[in-house]
Amino acid sequence: MHAKSVVNAPAKRKRLRTEIWKNREIYLLILPAVAWYIVMCYFPMGGLSLAFKSYKGKLGIWASPWTGMKNFTSVFASPTFSKAFWMTIWINVVEVVVCFPAPIVLALMLNELRMNRYKKTLQTIFTFPNFLSWIIVSSIIKNLLSVDGALNGFLATLGLEPVSILGEKKLFRPLIYISGIWKSAGWSSIIYLATISGIDQSQYEAAEIDGASRWQRLIFITLPSLLPTISIMFILEIGGMMSGHFDRIYNLQNDIVASEAETLALYIYRITFERKPDYGFSTAVSMFCSVINATLMIAANMVSKKLGGGGLIGDVNNGH
Amino acid sequence: MVKARKNNLIRRSKGDVVFDVVNFVLITIMTLLIIYPIYYTIIVSFSDIDAVATGKVTYRPVNFSLEAYSYALRQPRIGSGYLNSFIYTAGSILWGLFITLPLAYAMSKKYLFAKGVISWFFIITMYFSGGMIPCYLLRRDLHLLNNRLVLILGALSTYNMVIARTYFQNSIPDELYESAKCDGASEFRCFFTIALPLAAPIIAVLALYFGVAQWNSYFHAMIYLSSADKFPLQLVLHTLLNASMQALTSAESGSLTSGEALDLMRQAKIAETMKYSMIFISSAPLLIAYPFVQKFFIKGMMIGALKG
Repeated sequence: MHAKSVVNAPAKRKRLRTEIWKNREIYLLILPAVAWYIVMCYFPMGGLSLAFKSYKGKLGIWASPWTGMKNFTSVFASPTFSKAFWMTIWINVVEVVVCFPAPIVLALMLNELRMNRYKKTLQTIFTFPNFLSWIIVSSIIKNLLSVDGALNGFLATLGLEPVSILGEKKLFRPLIYISGIWKSAGWSSIIYLATISGIDQSQYEAAEIDGASRWQRLIFITLPSLLPTISIMFILEIGGMMSGHFDRIYNLQNDIVASEAETLALYIYRITFERKPDYGFSTAVSMFCSVINATLMIAANMVSKKLGGGGLIGDVNNGH
Repeated sequence: MVKARKNNLIRRSKGDVVFDVVNFVLITIMTLLIIYPIYYTIIVSFSDIDAVATGKVTYRPVNFSLEAYSYALRQPRIGSGYLNSFIYTAGSILWGLFITLPLAYAMSKKYLFAKGVISWFFIITMYFSGGMIPCYLLRRDLHLLNNRLVLILGALSTYNMVIARTYFQNSIPDELYESAKCDGASEFRCFFTIALPLAAPIIAVLALYFGVAQWNSYFHAMIYLSSADKFPLQLVLHTLLNASMQALTSAESGSLTSGEALDLMRQAKIAETMKYSMIFISSAPLLIAYPFVQKFFIKGMMIGALKG
């Protein structure tokens, strides 16, 4: 940049070219990845044009006729779409309120634990479920809660009536939240624990001398120090809002409760694999989701930077 | 240090003691809630079918039996599923490393021209994608449908690249490359003889990330594969776990002779217990390895979160 006034443009371009030529091997190293991303990611992104087309199997994506906004008009007119949209919003709101704080609370609790060896064992236990697939986790949960599962066995020994949790519409969404916490809270708490371990210990010592209780130290030192990490995790959570939680809901649902938690991700899946799928329509819905996700991500990132919590995108980008 | 700690303990106020006790009790309860479902699955899988059906299994296996396992292992697709999962897992680890490591190495270089633009080129794909249908049609046009390669070639993650780049940037000093270059080493040589040998920890982390992601995935297999002999273990499980439910219901409702019905009922009961044994069979590798490889997973997460 500084050289701009001194060196004229052609000379600069020439220097750049020699510079690039000198480092040509570095570009060869990224070539396979660039090729892969163009084919596997950017090509399908171009395929989003299908959202503005009427898909004809014979013609393929590129040759199918344009129909303008017709797909979007019918998407927004569809009652099942708007139901799925509001369901997605609602599930995510509850998710942010109930599930998002869980790993933070867990990290704080683990941090306050005084027995170090016990703490290590607990960490191993808490993080483990994250590495089980949703197929496995959902069948563990189904086995446990089914009519002849452990829970009902336990209720029977107490002389209580069996409950069919899996077939109860009202209980399905709570089940989704709880299973999410069960699987991932432990793993997500690691990141908060790492931040906590980086807090300057002299703050705690000073607070202790001033007579602050454990609880006060937790609320006034530990929690505020976690804020930057919390804001980054929050951005990530928001950025996947429209497409998240598919695995959990898909694997836990059954015919009785399916309508209770049909988010957009499940809606797209269902309409795509229907007997007579309308590819243009489905693509319009997924494009809608992608655009909302990206917008939320950028917005959350900006807000977080404004609030001084530190943004995420810049960090990923620069690594510094 | 020890002395200071002891003093600390003595000086603990009443409130702090209550705090500690409540914290300890709560966290122990939470731990039990995490462990019990997994533990229950394991003890049921080793218990006698009738004991399970009558709800006698609570905290230890009742009438130890391996019937559920012998039944599960006789399922035709379990063996092939296991094998397929191993192939896909190994394949996607190799493929993932092959693409990610050179990319991450190059991205860690300050002299890479238009580094910001190139970064965005990769990062955008984390948040914006073409969605299910264009992806499906692309694979169809590439003749990858119902082809084992579709699972392996599709498994890349920008997040893993970011981790590896951060590692190259922060853990290997530039001076090493500079002195090698003074001695006439090419960029390739730097990558293969300096960066790669020093990147062993991050290679382990990436291999585990790619491996676990592939081992646990089922969705791509579900939409891109059609012949059952190519299904990975998770998809086989998904099919079997739902199929045995149907077997159970058909046994209860069918109009069969009492002998047949009893036999079917027993079959259905075994199928129920088989679910537990299959869960254990498929997660056993993870269960055994996890305590030993946990530190790599955590390390990867730390590097990913590093803002230095």
